[in-house]
Amino acid sequence: MLSPKVQALFEEPGCDKNRAKDEKARKKGCSKPLTPGAAAGGCAFDGAKIVLQPITDVAHLVHAPLACEGNSWDNRGAASSGPMLWRTSFTTDLSELDVVLGQGERKLYRAIREIVETHAPPAVFVYETCVTALIGDDIDAVCRHATEKLGVPVVPVHAAGFVGSKNLGNKLAGEALIDHVIGTHEPDDVGACDINILGEFNLAGEFWMVKPLFDELGIRIRACIPGDARFLDVASAHTARATMMVCSTALINLARKMEERWSIPFFEGSFYGVADTSDALRQIAKLLVERGAPADLIVRTEAVIAREEAIARSKLEVFRPRLEGKRVLLNTGGVKSWSVASALMEIGIEIVGTSVKKSTPEDKERVKQLLEDEHKMFEGMAPRDLYALLARHDADIMLSGGRTQFIALKARMPWLDINQERHHPYAGYDGMVELVRQIDIAIHNPVWAEVNAPSPFDADGTVIGERVIGGGASTGARAASPASAALEAAVPAFHFKKFAASGVGDADDC
Amino acid sequence: MAHVLHSEKAVSTNPLKSSQPLGAAFAFLGVAGCVPLFHGSQGCTSFALVLFVRHFKETIPLQTTAMDEVATIMGGADHLEEAILNLKSRTKPELIGVCTTALVETRGEDFAGDLALIKARRAEALAGTEVVLAATPDFSGSIEEGWSKAVVAMIDGITARVSPRRNPRRVAVLPGFDMTVADIEEIRETIEAFGLEPTILPDVSGALDGTVPGKWIPTTYGGTTVEEIRSLGECVHCLAIGENQRTAAEKLAEVADVPYSLFASLTGLKPFDRFVTALAELSGRPVPAKLRRQRSQLADALLDGHFHFGGKKIAIAAEPDQLFRLATFFVGLGAEVTAAVTTTQGSAILEKVPADEVRVGDLGLFEELAVGADLLVTHSHGRQASERLAIPLYRVGFPIFDRLGAQHRRQVGWRGTRDLIFDVANVFQSDLHEPTPEGLNPFRRRENDHDSRPSPEPRRH
Repeated sequence: MLSPKVQALFEEPGCDKNRAKDEKARKKGCSKPLTPGAAAGGCAFDGAKIVLQPITDVAHLVHAPLACEGNSWDNRGAASSGPMLWRTSFTTDLSELDVVLGQGERKLYRAIREIVETHAPPAVFVYETCVTALIGDDIDAVCRHATEKLGVPVVPVHAAGFVGSKNLGNKLAGEALIDHVIGTHEPDDVGACDINILGEFNLAGEFWMVKPLFDELGIRIRACIPGDARFLDVASAHTARATMMVCSTALINLARKMEERWSIPFFEGSFYGVADTSDALRQIAKLLVERGAPADLIVRTEAVIAREEAIARSKLEVFRPRLEGKRVLLNTGGVKSWSVASALMEIGIEIVGTSVKKSTPEDKERVKQLLEDEHKMFEGMAPRDLYALLARHDADIMLSGGRTQFIALKARMPWLDINQERHHPYAGYDGMVELVRQIDIAIHNPVWAEVNAPSPFDADGTVIGERVIGGGASTGARAASPASAALEAAVPAFHFKKFAASGVGDADDC
Repeated sequence: MAHVLHSEKAVSTNPLKSSQPLGAAFAFLGVAGCVPLFHGSQGCTSFALVLFVRHFKETIPLQTTAMDEVATIMGGADHLEEAILNLKSRTKPELIGVCTTALVETRGEDFAGDLALIKARRAEALAGTEVVLAATPDFSGSIEEGWSKAVVAMIDGITARVSPRRNPRRVAVLPGFDMTVADIEEIRETIEAFGLEPTILPDVSGALDGTVPGKWIPTTYGGTTVEEIRSLGECVHCLAIGENQRTAAEKLAEVADVPYSLFASLTGLKPFDRFVTALAELSGRPVPAKLRRQRSQLADALLDGHFHFGGKKIAIAAEPDQLFRLATFFVGLGAEVTAAVTTTQGSAILEKVPADEVRVGDLGLFEELAVGADLLVTHSHGRQASERLAIPLYRVGFPIFDRLGAQHRRQVGWRGTRDLIFDVANVFQSDLHEPTPEGLNPFRRRENDHDSRPSPEPRRH
């Protein structure tokens, strides 16, 4: 049932990666076949939920046995300025009897009714999963029926886990919005400076660091999807004049279809990094003026950019003496592979490597120009190789997502979370300063010296460190500690190129 | 005796449960050189992995057979085989613990048969690696049952059936999933104090105790060894902790004729008295002075602590064994369990929980029942209820992702009970409200009828 939709997504004309492929490669689709026993990352359902769940006033109901929702709820750091219903977890928690007796559809309808009666949400999103797809529950029919009976939009989201990767799930979520939500509400306050932001998740509330800039310029965010969104904002998104797409691969299909259907032009941009934030503001102003906003918007935008850049630069300069020459390993991908890199390089930080997994060819080209050395680009790195690199102190800090956190920590090296579980906002001008501040705090923490100093006791428990009572060094030769020799042996020499295609990287970006 | 009531609701609001395959993987993680393998779509593994990492703050080896749409329709045996072979060549594990998921169980294949065929066909490639199977669909059971199924699978699949010579000093211990690293260490120390040699299965204290190993290891690095599981038949006796471990203990009795004793809880003075008595009998030695001193310390802690517990209303949401253990603890100090919510219906221990009723349900139900309680006791997902009800939350069990050191907190044994009393009493003490004239005004208090109730009758169980 799903395959025509999935196939259509693989033919996405808005996708740079896709356009670069020939006919045959395109038909194969963009999800690489997974290797059993050597796969990492989430499924399509995971991806769909990530994109839709931050819509704060909607009840998100997962039609599945326990694991899909029970093992994963309340685990992401998107922030809400109002409704908290999105953090309440709803699942049909199918039992064996439900599956065997085919009671799924009935249970689903009752669950929707209970939610509507108890919480009165503006809409309910129903997520299909592997088991409910396999037993053939007609979720569309149940949702239609519930919408009619209960008078509340009930939106089916078709993204069973087995159809593909997290990224495919992101796109399927976009399809659900375009099919069932966007364009279903006509706001009475449409303006010439209304924009949409797609793929901004408001992690740690970071969009709130950018929004005041728009407010100052008189630009209204009609819908930020999904970060801190309300259902009616999303339903009215078709009335905006321009769209900015933030997380480049997640919602490309949505941006393109909105352009087709409602002639809303879009561009890809990023709020990570000083230059990128300025660029984004500039492009938005340009698109709006082209579509009838007052021409002085461009001049006013340039003034704000000049002012904010100067402030950010002076704030960043403070960190230069402490961070100049420090070596950073970026293991994230997408736009962050270059946008964060360029900002860090501005204050003299060296980038020893950056992951270009999930980056578009354009992203990769920018990385190449920026780093002037393509060997510093890697697709993804096996945990063992990442560990080796860090254990040899070939970088001073790794910036990545939570999945690879303990690789750095077990190698006794600083690490900073720049993906979805982080607690610090990094968007916009102030966000960049915050990121640099956090790098400074992480690198200069005194624990690194302490945990990296050799233990005063060897493997047999003999004291090899400085004596406490007798004075002087003990008999064990400290200079060639057996521990460090063992480490040398365990950690082979390493080149980025060699492992360029070795798979398990950080799939947590977005 | 508690009445056990099942929920009639169609929607589960804020689930209390973690899934059954996660529980099985949890048990496999307590075996040295092991990689648990989920037979399902990659999301099943990814969600469980992330939850484990959030709880333990450790790298967790956990793999997936990565079932896709085609395999779901055509059958997953090939994926299972390829995953096992890939894991074998990439990580060289001692043990691969296969946990099935709802996806493959809904499809319904003969996994045991498939696995036997794979093992026979690939005997050479798989030499030196045990592969066991736990059938753990997400649509039944929960973490506690998954744990138990994995332990049964390991005993059934690995323990030698020919009973070897008994070692009079060796005892088997089967702990529950809610025993922390510190709990296991406490049990081991106590047993060793009698000159006995415990084999603990699973033993998360070696694998998930947060050490820095000095090199990259793709499997678990610590825990029960496969050789120890194989030779479990040498044990003179088996000590099973928690009703949920009964099936595993019976399996060991069946496979290797090892007799067992069951201890429903090791938290509290009397429950641990019973455990220590068993050890004294097994070893033929008197109880060491060091231990008796711990007992005396606990007696004192009970005396000091009871002021803070007496008359308190406690709301607990936990897996069956854990619920029983905590409820008896609180009631034993004079508190009342006003809300008891659990995950599944099947356990015989539920009827013994000292509360009027035990409800099978979710944290949504828990939040309704907990109104008016003095303390919430559940895992970290109870934080939303705690905020909304403005009642302090004491975090227990799994997952605890918003506090550090969950695995190093001790709740069993005389010392562990002492720690628990102090921990909880300190929560009460930090939540004290200063007396105010309005709060104590006798006329105002008269209007609030729930405040003028007589203090609860002492319970007899």
